[in-house]
Amino acid sequence: MAITLIVFLPLLAAIIAGLGNRIIGNVPAKLVTTAALFAACALSWPIFLGFLSGSSTEYVVPVLSWLRSGDLQFDWALRVDTLTAVMLVVVTSVSALVHLYSWGYMDEDPDQPRFFAYLSLFTFAMLMLVTADNLVQMFFGWEGVGLASYLLIGFWFRKPSANAAAIKAFVVNRVGDLGFMMGIFGTFLVFGTVSIPAILAAAPGMEGATIGFLGGRFDLMTVLCLLLFIGAMGKSAQLGLHTWLPDAMEGPTPVSALIHAATMVTAGVFMVCRLSPMFEASPIALTVVTIVGAATCFFAATIGTTQWDIKRVIAYSTCSQLGYMFFAAGVGAYGAAMFHLFTHAFFKALLFLGAGSVIHAMHHEQDMRYYGGLRKHIPLTFWAMLTGTLAITGVGIYHLGVGFAGFWSKDAILEAAYASGSQAGMTAFWVGTVAALLTSFYSWRLMFLTFWGKPRWIQSEHIQHSVHKTPEQAGADTTGGYHPHESPLAMLLPLGLLGIGAVIAGQVFHDAFLDQAGFWNGSITYNADLMHAMHEVPTLVKYAASIVMVIGLAVAWLFYIRNTSLPGKVSAALGPVYRFVLNKWYFDELYNAVFVKPSQALGRFFWKAGDEGTINRFGPDGAAVLVTSGSRIAVKLQSGFLYSYALVMLLGLVAALTWLMVR
Amino acid sequence: MNYALWFQLASPEIVLSIAGLLLLLIAAWSSDKSARLVSILTVAAFFGALALSLNFLLADGYAEGADAFYGQYRMDRFAALSKVLIFLSAIACVIVAPKFFARDGMMRAEYPILILFASVGMGLMVSAVDLLTLYIGLELQSLAAYVLASFLRSDDRSAEAGLKYFVLGALASGILLFGMSLLYGFTGTTSFIGIQTAFSDGVSTGALFGVVFVLSGLAFKISAVPFHMWTPDVYEGAPTPVTTFFATAPKVAALALTMRVAIEAFGGQQSVWQQIVIFVAMASILLGGVAAIGQTNIKRLLAYSSINNVGFMLIGLACGTPEGASAMMTYLIIYVAMTLGSFICVLDLNDREGRPVEDIPKLAGLSRTRPGLAAALAVFMFSLAGIPPLFGFWGKFVVFDAAVAAGLIPLAALGIAASVIGAFYYLKVIKVMYFDEPADVIAPSDSTARLALIAVSALFVSPLGYFATLALSPITEDAARALFWAA
Repeated sequence: MAITLIVFLPLLAAIIAGLGNRIIGNVPAKLVTTAALFAACALSWPIFLGFLSGSSTEYVVPVLSWLRSGDLQFDWALRVDTLTAVMLVVVTSVSALVHLYSWGYMDEDPDQPRFFAYLSLFTFAMLMLVTADNLVQMFFGWEGVGLASYLLIGFWFRKPSANAAAIKAFVVNRVGDLGFMMGIFGTFLVFGTVSIPAILAAAPGMEGATIGFLGGRFDLMTVLCLLLFIGAMGKSAQLGLHTWLPDAMEGPTPVSALIHAATMVTAGVFMVCRLSPMFEASPIALTVVTIVGAATCFFAATIGTTQWDIKRVIAYSTCSQLGYMFFAAGVGAYGAAMFHLFTHAFFKALLFLGAGSVIHAMHHEQDMRYYGGLRKHIPLTFWAMLTGTLAITGVGIYHLGVGFAGFWSKDAILEAAYASGSQAGMTAFWVGTVAALLTSFYSWRLMFLTFWGKPRWIQSEHIQHSVHKTPEQAGADTTGGYHPHESPLAMLLPLGLLGIGAVIAGQVFHDAFLDQAGFWNGSITYNADLMHAMHEVPTLVKYAASIVMVIGLAVAWLFYIRNTSLPGKVSAALGPVYRFVLNKWYFDELYNAVFVKPSQALGRFFWKAGDEGTINRFGPDGAAVLVTSGSRIAVKLQSGFLYSYALVMLLGLVAALTWLMVR
Repeated sequence: MNYALWFQLASPEIVLSIAGLLLLLIAAWSSDKSARLVSILTVAAFFGALALSLNFLLADGYAEGADAFYGQYRMDRFAALSKVLIFLSAIACVIVAPKFFARDGMMRAEYPILILFASVGMGLMVSAVDLLTLYIGLELQSLAAYVLASFLRSDDRSAEAGLKYFVLGALASGILLFGMSLLYGFTGTTSFIGIQTAFSDGVSTGALFGVVFVLSGLAFKISAVPFHMWTPDVYEGAPTPVTTFFATAPKVAALALTMRVAIEAFGGQQSVWQQIVIFVAMASILLGGVAAIGQTNIKRLLAYSSINNVGFMLIGLACGTPEGASAMMTYLIIYVAMTLGSFICVLDLNDREGRPVEDIPKLAGLSRTRPGLAAALAVFMFSLAGIPPLFGFWGKFVVFDAAVAAGLIPLAALGIAASVIGAFYYLKVIKVMYFDEPADVIAPSDSTARLALIAVSALFVSPLGYFATLALSPITEDAARALFWAA
């Protein structure tokens, strides 16, 4: 079966490249992984198109029997339905293009086979996740992508900051994973199975049931869904568990594009959609999903407006866009959530790879303050980034029915939130609209700082190293004589292909994703009424996103092209607010004080007082002291005098005799 | 009376005795010029005795053993196996000696002859089934050993070692003899079987004293705590070939003798001596391990190591079962190989002027200047520590296994725990050789014979040694069975 090949080709390639490593060399390792991914991609699109045309129906391919233990029985199996097919094309396409892109981006890295092996391993785990037929297999993929993410964030393991970021990502994800695991346990406890179809079939009947949890009685489905949603929050970097995502930018840029933008971080959205019948059984859980999604959407967008690191801007943008997806799911528009996931994968991967291309051209400088005027030097990258920006800001004209990918999906989400009629939905609509304004502002800010204006390159230490000049030596020539080079073909080709996706993905697929219940074919909960109501919202609502997009663009133009002294004045005027946002709402500091420091203190207590003070002192160390002091005594007794030797002998003899007499 | 059979049974000792007398004549005739010839002939005589012993060990028809000389002497597979070990050790000690003594011009013909006579004594010890044979064998061995210890008579340390050994040996000998007279007085017999029979209806207090005195006298010979005090001084002071000899052949003879006395003479009253043996075993293991840590002289270190190892072997004796005896013999075989190997490695440690090096810190970085020797010494140290892939582990394993089977679980547990202490100082030697900055003191080897012996021992204690267990297990089991035949 094609699906078996799609899932296991990347694994095979990862094993060959990973174990072969230096033995087989760079080019074979890169060839085998990239070829495997392109093959998987080529096999995935027919499956997707089959569901799109309605000619395919869902099926399950058994792989291996996994576990039989009393009531707990599950197998390795690959489930293919519309939802999986959507994820298949997203994962394999982006992954294949990222593999190709990495040929250029990682060209000078000494550890290329390891990098490509990790990438392929990630793809395998992600495919296991999206094809899971039971919760345990989904959890396997879930942990597998977490592992690959950890390995890839820390890929440059000689950089302390990369290691710290990798550990942070792992630990924060464990918090989410605990929720996910408890959700799985609870689900098995209640439903007696971990098979996803069986659970989803039984879920509506459980509405209103209660469960004892943490000493109280709560609504069963609410508890289960919230636990599962905690898992989704961790993986998808939602407010509270988002802190790892910006730091994850320490990894190589292709990794950021593949894992931390297009695929892994959307796993939480995927999970909520996959389990949508469960969430539908709990209005409270849906409200929480909506609120958390909307809050993340706004919160991350505010931070995005203040960051200087080009990758961090896009990282917060990702966080924010994931918020859109969640509140879409929360108001019941799962199709819209998946649609945004789908289009977002293309334009966000495009933006990341474009940023990578800029970084590549700018000698690894990531600070936008030292860019400027790059439009003429790297035109192809500029056009790619422009396409991505037009897509993410949602450029399109409603009444003509044309627009970039983000236009279709984001508008659908905002309309659905408005149309849902609930208080949470309305809140989400307004927050989402404001976030769209911020999105437009920070996206254009990125574009203007990078590609327009005068070059500010010589301020960058990276550039200074490259041209061997200080800013004083360079004088009026703010380029410092540096010549940015357009990236090689291996990097430009993925940009082009993703650019096509960013332009047309919304236009081509919006009808299927949003308006056809038959396309989803029961793989997610399809709320036909909501989808219908979505089209009936007031015209102003339909244009809301476009209006704020133009406002954001105008402000960005004003700030960064027209009058470049304005940002400084505004941030000075806003003072505390600006610092609050610039410092990421002080989340890291808060967590440091509330969680990290106390657990370090606890750990130090166990280490010093428990391990060293008690176990070591009376265990190994105590024994060692006993032995050394015993040794000193024994050496002292060995005086070298005959009479003392004879005395010891006779004492021993007498002792033995005494023992025998008194016993 | 069948003198032909009796002479045949005692043939190893007879061959060695005649050879000894003849070689003494040669030596007296031609003074030290003949040292080389005498050495060669000694080795030849040992090989003859070895072949005769091997015949008793392996040929059919001797499974039950046989008595000779009116119940004074016994040749069985237990004795034969011990003799094989003794003669092999003696051969090695004769081979490595000339190079060592040549430096001082002290290579005399007496050395191989003394070894020869000591070996005759040891042959008698392991074949003794009567207190009188026991004493004659023991004294013959001891007298030769006192002389050997002070062989480098111009060297203060050697003279001191000989004197200390002699005085304390005389004390031990007195204790032993006193015990024997007590036993004779209270049982009316000197034969092991007779004592066993006499003990069958209980042990009188006087005889009990006799048992303790005899065992104490023997404990001196095997340098078990608290009769061990002479060992570090004598091992350090005696010339290294002689130390090699002390650490191997007499240990085998005395342990085998102790085993035979304990089983054949006192076997019926195991409860009398078992607790003492257990205590002595534990004390030897602990003290051998703990005191070795403070040593900087490698010969002293190996002396404590031998005390430590004797403790483990006494666990086999403490069991008082055929499994225990078999385990002790297995341990002895491995112990002899490890000890021979380590001491010959020490013999190979000479500085550029040819002076022996005994300071452990001077071995620093040996792995870089003499990688082969360092590797061999590391193998012996790991093996002595009983670290699994090496053969030394097997010896400890069978001993603990026998102890557990005999119900001595606390003893086995303590022994295992205490062997950790031992591992520390063995590993320290390896650490010095492999991880310290090279001191570059040790000169290249000047003797292929030594290197060959080191290589053979190292191969035997390497994991390859486990192949030998296939052949050794039946032999040690046979030997142990022979011991319990009479009992």
